[in-house]
Amino acid sequence: MEKILRWIDDRFPLTALWESQWGKYVAPKNFNFWYYFGSLAAFVLVIQIVTGIFLTMNYKPDAQKAFESVEYIMRDVSWGWLIRYMHSTGASMFFVVVYLHMFRGLMYGSYRKPRELTWIFGCLIYLCLMAEAFFGYLLPWGQMSYWGAQVIVNLFSAVPLIGEDLAVWIRGDYTISDITLNRFFAFHVIAIPLVLIGLVAAHLMALHETGSNNPDGIEIKKQPKDPKTGLPLDGINSHPYYTIKDIVGVVVFLAVFSIIVFFMPEMGGYFLEHNNFIPADPLKTPEHIAPVWYFTPFYAMLRAVPSSIAPFLPATQFYGVVVMGAAVMILFALPWLDRGAVKSIRYRGTLYKSWLAAFVVSFVVLGYLGVVPVTVWGQFPTSWPVLGGADVATVLSRLLTVVYFLFFLLMPWYTARDKTKPVPARVTW
Amino acid sequence: MKKIASLLAAVLIAAPVAALAAGAPAPRMERFHADSHDFESLQRGARLFVNYCLNCHTARFMRYNRLTDLGLSESQIAENLILTGRFEQGSAGPVFAPTKIGETMQVAMRPADAKAWFGAPPPDLSVEARVRGNEWLYNYLISFYRDGASATGWNNLVFPNVGMPHVLWELSGVNELVVTEHPTHAAAEGAAIAAKAIALVEPSKGKYTVKTLAVQEPGAMSPAEYRRAAADLVNFLDYIAEPAKNTRKTLGVVVLMFLGVLFLLAYWLKREYWKEVH
Repeated sequence: MEKILRWIDDRFPLTALWESQWGKYVAPKNFNFWYYFGSLAAFVLVIQIVTGIFLTMNYKPDAQKAFESVEYIMRDVSWGWLIRYMHSTGASMFFVVVYLHMFRGLMYGSYRKPRELTWIFGCLIYLCLMAEAFFGYLLPWGQMSYWGAQVIVNLFSAVPLIGEDLAVWIRGDYTISDITLNRFFAFHVIAIPLVLIGLVAAHLMALHETGSNNPDGIEIKKQPKDPKTGLPLDGINSHPYYTIKDIVGVVVFLAVFSIIVFFMPEMGGYFLEHNNFIPADPLKTPEHIAPVWYFTPFYAMLRAVPSSIAPFLPATQFYGVVVMGAAVMILFALPWLDRGAVKSIRYRGTLYKSWLAAFVVSFVVLGYLGVVPVTVWGQFPTSWPVLGGADVATVLSRLLTVVYFLFFLLMPWYTARDKTKPVPARVTW
Repeated sequence: MKKIASLLAAVLIAAPVAALAAGAPAPRMERFHADSHDFESLQRGARLFVNYCLNCHTARFMRYNRLTDLGLSESQIAENLILTGRFEQGSAGPVFAPTKIGETMQVAMRPADAKAWFGAPPPDLSVEARVRGNEWLYNYLISFYRDGASATGWNNLVFPNVGMPHVLWELSGVNELVVTEHPTHAAAEGAAIAAKAIALVEPSKGKYTVKTLAVQEPGAMSPAEYRRAAADLVNFLDYIAEPAKNTRKTLGVVVLMFLGVLFLLAYWLKREYWKEVH
């Protein structure tokens, strides 16, 4: 065995790769609950790739056959229903773990120097994930698939001057059609996954270069070394300690995942939408089109922005599109917006904590408002000045969109002014 | 006979039918839960389905032999549930060949004809239960009423101006619409609750009306028997929408038990390893 390994190592840095990336990687010993979601995201990626390969064996990217082939998988393919439910549940769970993973980064300041590139690779992964989810959602070719894609592609046609051509270029047709389905299939099963895997590798390599942050935001690399082990005082080998610990996380995750897959695969219409069991019909627009839950915060922002913002500017949906795009892109700037003296929320002051809370509330409520029609909370009484007659949900969405952006735009100011607590020399353990 | 003739005539000349109007008030539904383990109900539902629904509606993803899930043998299915087939060219002219057991549930009606007759082709029912939900379907089946103003002579409380005539009317009998007027919304809601059956509250000219149904002509079944038949049928629709449902749930229990054991092992292992970390 050792001989074989040496033979390989002489020709390929197998042992060196393993040791630098995981085997001899030193991590802080105080990882808490929030630190499971990174390995879980990688685990879900594997689930999606493996189930995706099996789905591809039976799915037909053809407007005449796509819907049928999905039902064929659900009924006639051995264990097809299980593979399909794992994939559809995996798509939503991917966003669940990624959102929790990103929130962990926000709380503990994991995006800050020296981990800016890890954060940026992460943001790129998130962008890819959104693209992957969007392209994949067209494939079942149900009503929601079709009209969801229609709405999103139409956003591009709001771009001034080149918009219409851009939308035609994306669709390959004047409407969402068989041609669009074929190219979305190509993007979903090969183009985006390739980029995604590359970015995940870069994300992990960058992380293993700088070392992990931890709930205290203490740089363990700057600590003195333990004379016995040669590791930083608060560092432990990730293998076997975190390997073993993450297995527990994976098992708990699988339990939650299985409860959904086996007992509530539609998740009340949030993971598999009721309307998507109707085959796509280009001539029949559904009454209420909403994207799947993981896009809804951004969709709510898009809807909240009025199409005419000033009398001297042309009326166009483009303003909403810009706001929606900016809401995602602003994440990239985070490492340079934060000027706090400390990384972790544990040592931050009330200012940062309040803003973070406001951000979470705005994101979650926007997510809810993106699912429901704008009339959900009725209208303000017409007797009210300014607001009279306006949809309550729309006004609130606008307010929350502003809060979302202020969290980022005011960050240089409130993080610098925040009254922080002193960071201890050793991690809390 | 006269009734059937007039019904057919009405069907044939039916004008395009408006779909459910946006923002229309939803009726107060009767509760319904499907029971995927009640094989007797599912078998009765299958019989109703092939006799009444599978003339206009298809279930084009559902294979007949899959009905062995419901405790039926292939010969039972072939003898009792396969009522369709096609004419094939034999040596002495066309010969009727019944649908093969491995085929899916199709009908002879062409979509183009269906569109001309009903305004819209009757939807495929394979996954209809996943679109509408079981409770909606159950209430839809029990809330047909006689309406001289509609093209088919029928209307429906759950699906106003529906294109489908009341195919099960011989079983259910004929219901008529009972409209009562109430001064306030609360009074109308109260009357709707007191009806203890499907009821629709609608605002009308500053007042509120409650629409309920009453038997005009009894059918072959009592109202209670007809409700059971509707329940059987919806149970069956729920089954064909996802034939693997029972397997899924059973397997889920096994998987969760396995994960429970795995969790104990993984947790114990983690604790043992982490004892060394100080």
